[in-house]
Amino acid sequence: MAQILASPKSDPAAGPTVTPAATGSPNAPALIRENGQREVFCGLTSIVWLHRRMPDAFFLVVGSRTCAHLVQSAAGVMIFAEPRFGTAILGERDLAGLADANAELDRLVGHLLERRPEIRTLFLVGSCPSEVIKLDLAKAAERLQTQLAGRVRVLSYSGSGIETTFTQGEDNALLALVPLLPAAPVARDAGSTAAPPDQLLIVGTLADGVEDRFRSLFTRLGIPRIDSLPPRRASELPPVGPGTRVLLAQPFLSATARALVSRGAQLIPAPYPLGVEGSRAWMAAAAAAFGVAPAHVQAVLEPLVERGQRALAPHREVLAGKRLFLMPDSQLEIPLARFLARECGMELLEVGTPYLDRSLMAEELALLPPGVQLSEGQHVEHQLDRLRAARPDLVLCGLGLANPLEAEGIATKWSIELVFSPIHGIDQAGDLAELFARPLRRRALLSFG
Amino acid sequence: MELTLWTYEGPPHVGALRVAASMEGVHLVLHAPQGDTYADLLFTMIERRGRRPPVTYTTFQARDLGGDTAELVKRSIAEAAARFQPEALLVGESCTAELIQDQPGALAQGMGLGDLPVVSLELPAYSKKENWGAAETFYQLVRNLLKDQLPPPGQAKPEPTRWRQEGRRPRVNLLGPTLLGFRCRDDVRELSRLLAEHGIDVSVVAPLGARPADLLRLPSADLNVCLYPELAGPVCGWLERSFGMATVRTVPIGIGATAAFLRELHGLLGLELPAELEPGAGGVSEAERRSRLPWYSRSVDSTYLTGKRVFIFGDASHAIAAARVASQELGFQVVGLGSYSRELAREVRAAAAELGLEALITDDYLAVEAAMAAAAPELVLGTQMERHSAKRLGIPCAVISTPLHVQDVPARQAPQMGWEGANELFDAWVHPLMMGLEEHLIGMFRHDFEFVEGHRSHLGGAPPAEAPPAAIAVEAPSAPAPAVPAAAAASGSLEAALAWTPDGEAQLARIPFFVRGKVRRNTERYAREHGLSAISEEVLFDAKAHFSA
Repeated sequence: MAQILASPKSDPAAGPTVTPAATGSPNAPALIRENGQREVFCGLTSIVWLHRRMPDAFFLVVGSRTCAHLVQSAAGVMIFAEPRFGTAILGERDLAGLADANAELDRLVGHLLERRPEIRTLFLVGSCPSEVIKLDLAKAAERLQTQLAGRVRVLSYSGSGIETTFTQGEDNALLALVPLLPAAPVARDAGSTAAPPDQLLIVGTLADGVEDRFRSLFTRLGIPRIDSLPPRRASELPPVGPGTRVLLAQPFLSATARALVSRGAQLIPAPYPLGVEGSRAWMAAAAAAFGVAPAHVQAVLEPLVERGQRALAPHREVLAGKRLFLMPDSQLEIPLARFLARECGMELLEVGTPYLDRSLMAEELALLPPGVQLSEGQHVEHQLDRLRAARPDLVLCGLGLANPLEAEGIATKWSIELVFSPIHGIDQAGDLAELFARPLRRRALLSFG
Repeated sequence: MELTLWTYEGPPHVGALRVAASMEGVHLVLHAPQGDTYADLLFTMIERRGRRPPVTYTTFQARDLGGDTAELVKRSIAEAAARFQPEALLVGESCTAELIQDQPGALAQGMGLGDLPVVSLELPAYSKKENWGAAETFYQLVRNLLKDQLPPPGQAKPEPTRWRQEGRRPRVNLLGPTLLGFRCRDDVRELSRLLAEHGIDVSVVAPLGARPADLLRLPSADLNVCLYPELAGPVCGWLERSFGMATVRTVPIGIGATAAFLRELHGLLGLELPAELEPGAGGVSEAERRSRLPWYSRSVDSTYLTGKRVFIFGDASHAIAAARVASQELGFQVVGLGSYSRELAREVRAAAAELGLEALITDDYLAVEAAMAAAAPELVLGTQMERHSAKRLGIPCAVISTPLHVQDVPARQAPQMGWEGANELFDAWVHPLMMGLEEHLIGMFRHDFEFVEGHRSHLGGAPPAEAPPAAIAVEAPSAPAPAVPAAAAASGSLEAALAWTPDGEAQLARIPFFVRGKVRRNTERYAREHGLSAISEEVLFDAKAHFSA
């Protein structure tokens, strides 16, 4: 591995540092920490899927024309009769302090709500410019909330590039919802820590169909109450309290998980529900937390596992032995790498992630093949040097790099699709593998001779 | 602060990126926060390019703000210069970097990069926009590279006709085409072909496809063709002032404009005008020989296009060109004309005045939507943004200008300029309209189970839902404000003062859907002017006779 790490033009100041990701184990993954140009989205991009998950919410970015341009470049190919996001663009008067930014914001929100009286939840979304000039959106949200009490709920979170990378925008949006979650009714045995949990809270955006499927499976397992965060309507928030067990469906929810724990909920440690193995372990962990007998779990899930493996088989034929390089993007990279290595037989060259939360990723790291090369952060030119030297069979990367790499003859799977596709659960394992097999099949299929 | 649901232009640094990415051998270092690399996707996805745009971003994060961001800029510049070995380096800031004021341009100048020309860009992100940024970047780059060639003051202007003395074919520069411009790729090809047929060579096309070395050759051409004034206006003006180079300013979109362009070009170059380009020349003109638009538009199938009400909005050049084509070459009635290009507002106002209209100069998407609703057109020619409003209002729409999305960077040849461009305009603008036969049959028989109101069967899909007319009226601030009782005015609805009787409503429903908005508005205006409070079937017919007279 060392030879591909030594990039030809490596600058000692910005050069990679290699450390073991977890101490104590000889097979622990090696970690490259890098600093340089990062080819990633900012957290504002999360609006592109959150606006569909909660159609009764509106996302108002407070930022610059750049922010407006980003969101519309990402989502503007869809034609909206009623846009569900917009930008309050800061002007020179706002920066010079000539206009009272708070009064301006109140005026804009008034104008917006006049046009769109059906909005029930308004997210004020912070950006790089609003953070740099220290515009206090939390306070603005509080003030507007008081003015609009009873009509519209106003929340704030930051989706700025300086603080958040891509999916971390969802983490911050959910974090903003946590204080609004009603307190769960106190369990009968409130005083006792041995009180049985009474509610399973699945956290992280899931496709509707996947969510329904998980609900029905957890019900079959005998879990009494199942809720989701985010809900399908921003106004229908699930309760939380000491009887709540939190199961993270997405790996990028560090801040939300901590906030839920501080509201008394307990986190169920599990790998993430990608692939047959990960999804089974994820559901089994929840069942165990609710005291469901392992034999019952086995009885409910075994047919699914068997069918899931059958669905995987044809894709495994395409993927097995292929060498995979993952560029950092969404924090889904480690669970995806685990699934593709263990269940599809792919060889991992480098697993990049924008941010590594060791505690939330512990179960996943333990399942990775020994000694796998991890990288956190990015120096995109150095990483591309390593990539080209390794000549992978498939690269997971963002859309800024995908076509350029294809033109160099390197097959790619664009990573953003993974947050826009139903990929979670045992029943989706085949579809998830197909997303990676498809570009390879397509390359084999096309011929222009 | 300004509420923006959709923005017509990106920030000015995106304009700088367009110039850098359009050229070869130029690299841009952009001081920008993590996440601003989204702009790469404009080139790799919308333009579908097979290489990364030549841009290095500093991508600072919150934790860098406590440290030395200027050091980060210098490191990025040094790395970019060493790795990409550009022939010219552009250095600029995005909106967030502008707030922290590291002066990256000045830093680059002080780094001792040897012979590498370094152009420092001032792009005020909070007052200017994308096209301005592109024009400024192109201008600064050209000025910087040509500063050693500036002729001494007082030197005679070069004659555009000097090609004759030099015993060669005339040659011209095509200035303005870039990536993310509207159909620039095919416009350049179409115009180069057209010029070649008239014995004119193309010297330099820039920025698209040019190297810094090509820009050094700009003054050796006989004149400049300003294809996209939003982008090349400042450069052409500067080359005119500093090098005495003449500029052709007619934008050749449409039959009449292409002919006018050729006449202007021949005149300046002192090239004999082919007889068939003479205005008023009898027989078959070059336009008719080379483009199908004139015949298609004259053929009887196009008669139903006469007087179709069309609303036009886009960048100034495309909007002005579209208005001319729509009114003179397709026989539409232009009922609204506007642009988001403030830099060329005067030209748009003049074009609108010729059509008896007042131009709408705004970058406020909601103001455009309101004006569109008030004009009640049957067709909208606009940008990607107007597709949203047109969907909301249930009006057919075609895209004529940036901002665009991926479907407007097609694989096929699809120019807007020249003779072939006119063919493309005819197809693209007529396609969204209901075809003639269907229009007749839906007007006659309203009770069909498949071909229902508003259905355009040649487009496939389900019929569009008609926007509630009341909502349109309330939202249109430019609608005539009649004297209404205070109570009705306070309710914010003009409808309150006028009541439609059931037979009036029924008659209104019989009007074909695409002109119903206009009929409703006219009838209500008639009723108000005549002091009527109820609108019956008879009032509707009275109004119809009144306005057709």
